[in-house]
Amino acid sequence: MSEVRKFKLTCIICPLGCNIEVIMEGDRIVRVTGCTCPRGEEYAVQEVMAPKRVVMSVVKVKGGMFPTVSVKTDKPVPKELIPEIMKELASVEVEAPVHIGQVIIENILGTGANIVATRPA
Amino acid sequence: MQNEYDVVVIGGGPAGLAAAIKSKELGLNVLLIENREFLGGIPIQCVHPGFGLHYFREDLTGTEFIHRILKKFLDMGIEYHTNAHVTEIIPHSYRHKILKVVTDKGILKLMAKAVIYATGARERHMFEIGITGHRVAGIYTAGEAQTMMDIYGIMPGKEIVIVGSGDVGLIMARRFTLEGAHVKAVIELMPYPGGLTRNIVQCLEDFGIPLYLSHAVTRVEGKKRVEKVIITKVDENLRPVPGTEEELECDTVVLAAGLVPYLKVIEKAGVIIDPATKGPVVNSYLETSVPGIFVAGNALVINDLVDYVVEQGEEAAMGAYEFVRNGGLPALRWRKLVKGRNVRLLVPHYVSDTKDVMIYARVKKPEENVKVRFPEIGKEIRLPFVKPSEMIRIKLRKTDIAKAGDKITMEVVPNE
Repeated sequence: MSEVRKFKLTCIICPLGCNIEVIMEGDRIVRVTGCTCPRGEEYAVQEVMAPKRVVMSVVKVKGGMFPTVSVKTDKPVPKELIPEIMKELASVEVEAPVHIGQVIIENILGTGANIVATRPA
Repeated sequence: MQNEYDVVVIGGGPAGLAAAIKSKELGLNVLLIENREFLGGIPIQCVHPGFGLHYFREDLTGTEFIHRILKKFLDMGIEYHTNAHVTEIIPHSYRHKILKVVTDKGILKLMAKAVIYATGARERHMFEIGITGHRVAGIYTAGEAQTMMDIYGIMPGKEIVIVGSGDVGLIMARRFTLEGAHVKAVIELMPYPGGLTRNIVQCLEDFGIPLYLSHAVTRVEGKKRVEKVIITKVDENLRPVPGTEEELECDTVVLAAGLVPYLKVIEKAGVIIDPATKGPVVNSYLETSVPGIFVAGNALVINDLVDYVVEQGEEAAMGAYEFVRNGGLPALRWRKLVKGRNVRLLVPHYVSDTKDVMIYARVKKPEENVKVRFPEIGKEIRLPFVKPSEMIRIKLRKTDIAKAGDKITMEVVPNE
């Protein structure tokens, strides 16, 4: 018999903020309750198995209109990698012009996600 | 630069840009005036996502959202002036207003048939929320801190206390933490958090940031720079409880204590202000009590979503178009929108049956399983929950409005 664990989560997919309960036996999910849509269920499973987030920040720019350009990961990345990604971003400096959507760092830390510009510079 | 326009739009943020684009599309001769050195308004410094889900049906960052709108504005070749400040709007006649504008090229005097006022909001400051103590460096509003970090790349401090748990405060807590600062606490006056639950989770709980509910920052202490704040518990009447003071050491205090529509210039022009929204009283064309002066975005009412702000900008432009084309608005009879049970604020204030109207409202207190009811026109909408932090947005059809006499009441009642 493997150990039964309960996880209580608040869904962050939409502003409704459903309270979701996930029940696991060992490393297997046996039940997800409380969500009101399939996206919520997907989020809950993801959150328990391997939580992910979109990371956003700014990086330094040389010769632009502002000294920074805003960036984000183009898809969610593992939550535990956020501090390391932020360190990477702090050490980057790009040259203007930068266009919106431009890839600043490809495949950051092997996550498969790119860092892309969200503002021109 | 000419001196006469159909419409002058004041403010180059989402409401103003949307208003100018719509005005131009409707064939009006339009000028936009912005007081910062760049267009885009506040979203240009919002690097976080959550923008555009309604308007573009995509989850964009503030920067991405505003650049889509800005690109359209620039591609249309709409005339604009940055670094320019409107100091006065003088109603010259029913159909004309004179604007005095201070610019880097001197003082301009412009004539406009209609004005769309889209100046956004200002942030509440420490003296409005009862914080006493030393006037030292290290006290910022959330917007100032955001401008420093996300436009100019400067960190405002290292040990941060945030006042206010609305979405702005929560998002700033995450931004500071991601950039390597230590957010010691978020302090909230009310017994419940002000922001969305999803932001409590992804901005505070993700990083283990403590949230103090029913607490106030009552004092800031320091010599040249903030050294600590005194926080105090508050009772059910939100008054500090003596003897519950605690000290929190920090070098920076960030105030995220809410927004107030920024109306300095149109107040002088004589528009009537609603004490509930702190914005102007408007009709369904978003025209204020001064004919031909329209208002949109956070200058009208504090919105939750930029999508609504853009929608109001477009609405005000359509109002301005009617005004310019007809020399006044075509409405025949105004019905007053009246706040009923559990409705704290309601915009617009007067509607007519000349067109469908989008209404925006907030409740006084959270409730579950309710009906929003308009008894005079027999309209009812069921909602699973309502809360003060989430605006209610409902469309009233002109055919429904036509059914009402002098007023239409909106009330939120339990759903039996």
